Amino acid sequence: MVIRVTRRIVEAVVLLLAVGTIVFFLEHAVPGDPAVAILGGAAAHPTKEAVAAVTEQYGFDRPLIAQYGDFLGGLFRLDFGESYTLKQSVTSVIAGQIGPTLALTVSALVIAWLLSIASTLLTAGRPGIVGRLGSVVETVAAGLPQFWLGLVLLLVFAVQLHWFPVIGSGPLGIVLPALTLAIPLAGFLGQVTRDEFEDKQQQPFVLSARSRGLSERAIRGKYVLRHAALPGVTLSGWGLGSLVSGAVIAEVVFARQGIGQVLVTAVSAQDLPLVIGITFVVALVYVVANILTDIAYVVIDPRLRRTTGAAA
Amino acid sequence: MTTATIAPGEPDVLDPAPAPAAAGVRKVRRASHPLRRVSFWVAAAFIALVAVAALWPSLLAPQDPLAIDLGKSFDAPSAQHVFGTDQSGRDVYSRVVHGAGQSVLIGVGATALGLAGAVLLGVLGGLGGRAVDAGVTRVIEVLYAFPGILLALILIAVFGSSAGTQILAVGIATIPGYARMVRGQVLAVRGAPYVQAERALGHSSAHVLFRTLLPNAFRPLTVLVTLGIGQAIVWASALGFLGMGVQPPAPEWGAMLNAGRNYLQQAWWLDFWPGVVIVLLALSLTAVGRAVQTLTQPGGPR
Repeated sequence: MVIRVTRRIVEAVVLLLAVGTIVFFLEHAVPGDPAVAILGGAAAHPTKEAVAAVTEQYGFDRPLIAQYGDFLGGLFRLDFGESYTLKQSVTSVIAGQIGPTLALTVSALVIAWLLSIASTLLTAGRPGIVGRLGSVVETVAAGLPQFWLGLVLLLVFAVQLHWFPVIGSGPLGIVLPALTLAIPLAGFLGQVTRDEFEDKQQQPFVLSARSRGLSERAIRGKYVLRHAALPGVTLSGWGLGSLVSGAVIAEVVFARQGIGQVLVTAVSAQDLPLVIGITFVVALVYVVANILTDIAYVVIDPRLRRTTGAAA
Repeated sequence: MTTATIAPGEPDVLDPAPAPAAAGVRKVRRASHPLRRVSFWVAAAFIALVAVAALWPSLLAPQDPLAIDLGKSFDAPSAQHVFGTDQSGRDVYSRVVHGAGQSVLIGVGATALGLAGAVLLGVLGGLGGRAVDAGVTRVIEVLYAFPGILLALILIAVFGSSAGTQILAVGIATIPGYARMVRGQVLAVRGAPYVQAERALGHSSAHVLFRTLLPNAFRPLTVLVTLGIGQAIVWASALGFLGMGVQPPAPEWGAMLNAGRNYLQQAWWLDFWPGVVIVLLALSLTAVGRAVQTLTQPGGPR
């Protein structure tokens, strides 16, 4: 177990360094002078002296390899330099904005799991219309784009019914953005869990439980669900990543504070240090989440515990 | 297992060891033959409708999508303007119909680009030997570390926003998902008994590669293309919604969503209708893609 986790962490560090390398060279492939961009773009007609001063200050005149070394060194300290537009360190911008985004994505992940388990327990493997209906609802939910779902929820529950605030702040304000992110993911997780559930219902251990006189409800809730949840758990790491990327849209729809909003502004302004910092942090969250799901997998499936030594 | 989205961690939608196309053993579930389902035909009809709108928009909407009539701004949907009018009095229905061309083009272009990149990577990984495969797997893994539209956002930050970068960004963002499937498919087909049989019969490597291996590895991709175009249109519209694509007043679905966002509280129809069309198109493509999958999968549906 320890070996397995250590190995995953080493792999993750290598992966993140590769991610950093790609973004660094992409950044330097940009046409145009970054010093001009910092001074407000060519439209602002910065003077030659100003450009030279900024070039000096940010070290753009140094050899690429030296800048690359500094950049990689910075990654280890989570130091991404200074934002071109906000004129403050990228790290402090992210630190100030990541809280609401994490609150949003984690609550969305919890809601998505609750919805998909409810849907699986109520409808999976049931004959006739109930099973079919559950499957159709999941397919439709999984296909809903977040921007449209968010707009419809906003229009119905905030603008028309006034149940929730239009601006997604405050304790009630998180409900609609979280649902916007949770519903498509719930549809997706539900499809995976349902397939597995219906498959595992045919297994001998179900027959054996039934012959021991367990109620159908106990079999579904205790035995089959445990098996059916496994692939979904593996997907949760990916799910959290997709939620962070979806948070970009949910935060814009609900005018909610967070790194998604900041990212959209930064992309439009071509503020590359900020874009790189945010995407790197998201990649970091994503990689960490995947390691955690690996561990969760072993906790849920005791069969893996015995074999991990050999597998690692 | 079938799903609407092409998701990274997702178990492969493709058969682990597909049989050759000519196998001819085709089992189709009795009750759920796809061509006998109403939903399939509804979906196919909607796709056909969007195709007509993309190719000959004036057939469906004779009005000018750019015609401004300031006296009629923010008219709610009525008999005269079935989808209502926007802030400049332009007819939303005409704009949705005329927007189909550009939105579909972006979706198809991005999918084509994504598939081309994925096939290159996947075939390289599947056939290139151990070291090349390890390299390709790493590249796919690194691309995967940017979930969802993040990769697209980085590319837009680097290259600036326009319709061209929108295609490029969405296309590149879909590469890792396809590449992993292509690679898995090539590896599976490479080890399949009928490929070994061809080798044993003494056919040249080129013959085996181009006549047997590649066609069999790519056949299941037709399904992915159908599912993928829907996904690409949704992603491109999401970028447009964020204001990173085609600029207004051009009628394009993403750009319409972005423009309508500012008037949401007074005119819900501005964003609602383009959104409905995008959702219906994505769902229809998924339904048709799955039907095709059921029909073409030798050995029948799982």
